[in-house]
Amino acid sequence: MNFPAVRALYTYEMVRFFRTLMQSFISPVISTSLYFVVFGAAIGGSIDTVEGVSYGAFIVPGLIMLSVMTQATTNASFGIYFPKFVGTVYELLSAPMNFLEITIGYVGAAATKALFIGVVILATAALFVDITIAHPFMMVLFLLLTCISFALLGFIIGIWARSFEQLQLIPLLVITPLVFLGGSFYSVTMLPPIWQTITHFNPVLYLISGFRWSFFGVADVPIGLSLFAISLFTLLGLGVVWLIFRTGWRIRQ
Amino acid sequence: MSAIVSIRDLTKTYQSGYEALKGVTLDIEEGEIIALLGPNGAGKTTLISTICGIVTPSSGTITVGGHDVVTGYRGARSLIGLVPQELTLDSFETPMNTCRLSRGLFGKKRDDAYIEKVLRQLSLWDKKDSKIIALSGGMKRRVLIAKALVHEPRVLFLDEPTAGVDVELRKEMWEVVRTLREDGVTIILTTHYIEEAEAIADRIGVIAKGEVLLVQKTGDLMSQMGKKQLRIELVSPAKSLPDAVADRAVELVDDGRALIYTYDTTKERTGITALLNDLQSAGLQMADLTTHESSLEEIFVDLVKETA
Repeated sequence: MNFPAVRALYTYEMVRFFRTLMQSFISPVISTSLYFVVFGAAIGGSIDTVEGVSYGAFIVPGLIMLSVMTQATTNASFGIYFPKFVGTVYELLSAPMNFLEITIGYVGAAATKALFIGVVILATAALFVDITIAHPFMMVLFLLLTCISFALLGFIIGIWARSFEQLQLIPLLVITPLVFLGGSFYSVTMLPPIWQTITHFNPVLYLISGFRWSFFGVADVPIGLSLFAISLFTLLGLGVVWLIFRTGWRIRQ
Repeated sequence: MSAIVSIRDLTKTYQSGYEALKGVTLDIEEGEIIALLGPNGAGKTTLISTICGIVTPSSGTITVGGHDVVTGYRGARSLIGLVPQELTLDSFETPMNTCRLSRGLFGKKRDDAYIEKVLRQLSLWDKKDSKIIALSGGMKRRVLIAKALVHEPRVLFLDEPTAGVDVELRKEMWEVVRTLREDGVTIILTTHYIEEAEAIADRIGVIAKGEVLLVQKTGDLMSQMGKKQLRIELVSPAKSLPDAVADRAVELVDDGRALIYTYDTTKERTGITALLNDLQSAGLQMADLTTHESSLEEIFVDLVKETA
């Protein structure tokens, strides 16, 4: 294992993040506050509680998931796309590193950033509503696995993308809609039966439901299923990345 | 001396079907500077990229320091430093940070003192914390060299180090290369400037259309270059060479209408005066004299033409 390489890559990526710390820090705080104003105060006033949880608190796990998923994806995709775009990827390809080390460097850094933002949002939310965490260990586990799996997804997108448009395509057209439709801001039981069935085909539902369960003990799907879903998603991401490096797809001629 | 880089029957065909390398076999000795000379599209960059692991070979083997570049890529690659042709740098980074990354990627422990040494050697130390985007083209080129050197490679590849670089900087680059060789680093550089190969290389390899046409000591090529020809036009054709000059490097051409004498300019005596005297004594009347020098450029162009 080439530890100095993993460390150097991770540090390099984190330095880039901290260089734009204000931007990385302030934008999630502002958007979270906005969501609270719009959903919590405006809409929440007419929805009393959802499954026994105040609406303001109910949306917190969904809000965190929304930011963590998008941030992990965009950070990781940009992290690997940028060297490809400017050509500095030559150094990575000629370095004595295997796929796991490169992946840990990039995905680890992107996941750390997403985790950082998730924590910031949780702290911001705590200023607006009372938050209780029923299963802290599971909460951390879900948060970590979400950061890692979506960073893996972003990493794959970054390798696949041939242009900045393609880089934005999946986060905008796939991830954001799936997160919104996956019960970030509502319980699936609030939907008409036909939509409840359709929602169960949305993989993000299982992740948000599990994460919310760790806070309030209420869930749309059994917790075991959520755990299975997030583990499967993480392993799938790792498998695809391994395959990409093995075949050299889109990175090595 | 033993070969530090050994290439056997290397071929590379890109997915597009383009055959960039057609069976290259080449040994590079430890500690030498070898220049790979060839026109654009000859396969120089593909050859370098294949050794460095950026391009996967279609067939054949490459070993670096005894490590196969495919099966023993860790061992092979940790010996190699690569300076690419294009100025590919993260513009928003600083030379210091990008060097730290390079050193780490190649498995070396963080050592800012070593990076300082390299940056000073390349006159970049006072720019270590400047954004790369603000540096001049020559400085960017040196940052690329610094990145390749900070992980202490045994073999350094310089892909067209002086392409689009002004004369002064080119000389500076050659100085850097010579200093490195003194430190025992093996250097492989590609270029399409013949004078560059002449100026710094111990050996010159000529590549065209994916094949190595010739590898020779620069000195040997230079001595071929040092040969000059004197062409003597005769007033009336001679049937044969006069006996007095028959044992010299003279031949009768164009049905006896001219003589060609090959001599070495590097020698103290060229033998021209004696030859002319002897020809006159033999009764040959001379109409005109011309001299001609075969340059490395000509040798090169001839070689490339032969394979066309």
